[in-house]
Amino acid sequence: MHLTIVIQIYVFVLAGIVGYQVISRVPPLLHTPLMSAANAITGISLVGSLVAAGSDHSTLSNVLGFIAVVCATVNGVGGFLITDRMLKMFRRDARPRR
Amino acid sequence: MSGELPGRELVIQGIYLLSSVCFIFGLRGLSGPEKARNGMRLAAFGMLLAVVGTLFHANVVRFDWIIAGLLLGTVIGVVIGRPLFISVPMTAMPQWVALSHAAGAVAATLVGINEYMILGATTPKGTMGALGFEVLLGALTVTGSVMAFGKLQEILPGRPITWPFQNIGNLVLAAAAIGLLVAVVVNPGWTWAFWAMTAIAAVLGILMVLPIGGADMPVVISLLNAYAGLSASAMGFALDNNLLIIVGALDGTSGLLLSILMCKAMNRSFANVIFGAFGVVSGGAAKAVGAAETREISPDDAAVRLAYAGLVVVVPGYGLAVAQAQHALRELTDLLEKRGVEVKYAIHPVAGRMPGHMNVLLAEANVNYDRLFDLEEVNGDFERTDVVLVIGANDVVNPAARTDPSSPIYGMPILNVDYARSIIVMKRGMGSGFAGIENELFYNPKTAMLFGDAKQSLGVLLTELKAL
Repeated sequence: MHLTIVIQIYVFVLAGIVGYQVISRVPPLLHTPLMSAANAITGISLVGSLVAAGSDHSTLSNVLGFIAVVCATVNGVGGFLITDRMLKMFRRDARPRR
Repeated sequence: MSGELPGRELVIQGIYLLSSVCFIFGLRGLSGPEKARNGMRLAAFGMLLAVVGTLFHANVVRFDWIIAGLLLGTVIGVVIGRPLFISVPMTAMPQWVALSHAAGAVAATLVGINEYMILGATTPKGTMGALGFEVLLGALTVTGSVMAFGKLQEILPGRPITWPFQNIGNLVLAAAAIGLLVAVVVNPGWTWAFWAMTAIAAVLGILMVLPIGGADMPVVISLLNAYAGLSASAMGFALDNNLLIIVGALDGTSGLLLSILMCKAMNRSFANVIFGAFGVVSGGAAKAVGAAETREISPDDAAVRLAYAGLVVVVPGYGLAVAQAQHALRELTDLLEKRGVEVKYAIHPVAGRMPGHMNVLLAEANVNYDRLFDLEEVNGDFERTDVVLVIGANDVVNPAARTDPSSPIYGMPILNVDYARSIIVMKRGMGSGFAGIENELFYNPKTAMLFGDAKQSLGVLLTELKAL
């Protein structure tokens, strides 16, 4: 097995554990914004898309990359804006409770 | 990855590391509503860093397609998506999140296909495995999410669609897709296997979501979220990009964790949701309630009971949102609070069409979040509750889940409203709940029924309350 793959597996497993620790602290109150946020960060496929769109392999590569960049950007930009709209709605009352 | 890194690569890795940290701390912000917005800004900044870092990539030599893509994507996202950030009601959010999943998954799928077309028969086996997973999960997520969108948007029928040998057929297809993935890893030159795998994955996405009913959508949407994340991670393995691996893994855990939480809240297994087509066959015979009678209550009596209570707990179900009665409900509880009544909202995790959906629906109606309590927080309060107001909820308050082992929902965590001193159930008619199960709560001597459309009934209650 290549060393690169071993390192990749380390990164994947540890990131999964960090994810579990972070996500399990999100209260049910915010589960919908969490889902929306997770959806927004799926836009990270932009990273791979940009490389494809900016390469000099072939026009087909560029076109596929271009479509991927458009889709990933819609996903990311839209996702973050929707999440922000949701989070803005969560207000608390200043009045003390009995 | 061995040896000295060139300077350019060092810059990229530095930026990616910073970006990963932003994403992790950004999600961490979601542990409370006060920090959440800033957390998300941090995550968005992480995304910006990811883009900037990638532009330094050695293989990025031309920027025309990139700039055009980023611009078009932003324009579509901001301009066409504009109503989503302003006026589209929160009831419609699940389908738009599903559609957004589809867009992200299209990107992952295309990147994988492109990479395979470049490398072809020379693809190293490890890379091929990662590319295969990326495209398999990506294609599945694309069609699955579009189907989920269609169902939730009611372009397609929301009820489960079933056909003979459905589960076996789907399992065979899944096995075939994985078989083809193995084949193309063994021999990366077999392009037919790659394309067949992609096509089968796309078909499977459609067939998997068709038999799933509306109330099971939270699980499916979470699951598709997990697939999209894992697809991004696989892309990271294929392109040797740690940032993709990390963010994909964060995304994957989030989706997986939420689907597990949803399944637990319904006391059902993953397999049961995916293969069960819940709502078609309504399981074991419901316990006959006998000739028990329900008691009706008039709106003025209900208003009096609410007005002189010490603690009122409201249990909103999805029926409330369907009737668009959240605002009327908030007005009612405002008025009660003004009279000195303590009001709490009890939120069952499965109330709505995505995890935590009811919280957002109530927040949209300006209910303050310190009034919203989840199952565990509120279940201890029912014994000291004077009146429980159940609106458009049914199975989540059915005591049979606790008492009747023959009931299909037995074991499901419920809101123990029957422990309260009195219960008012607002309901359209005597129809049974989603699972088609009789609810003995309605025949409990402490329960009074207020029949009618939720919005209208709340309006009448409000008028009566003002007149007191």
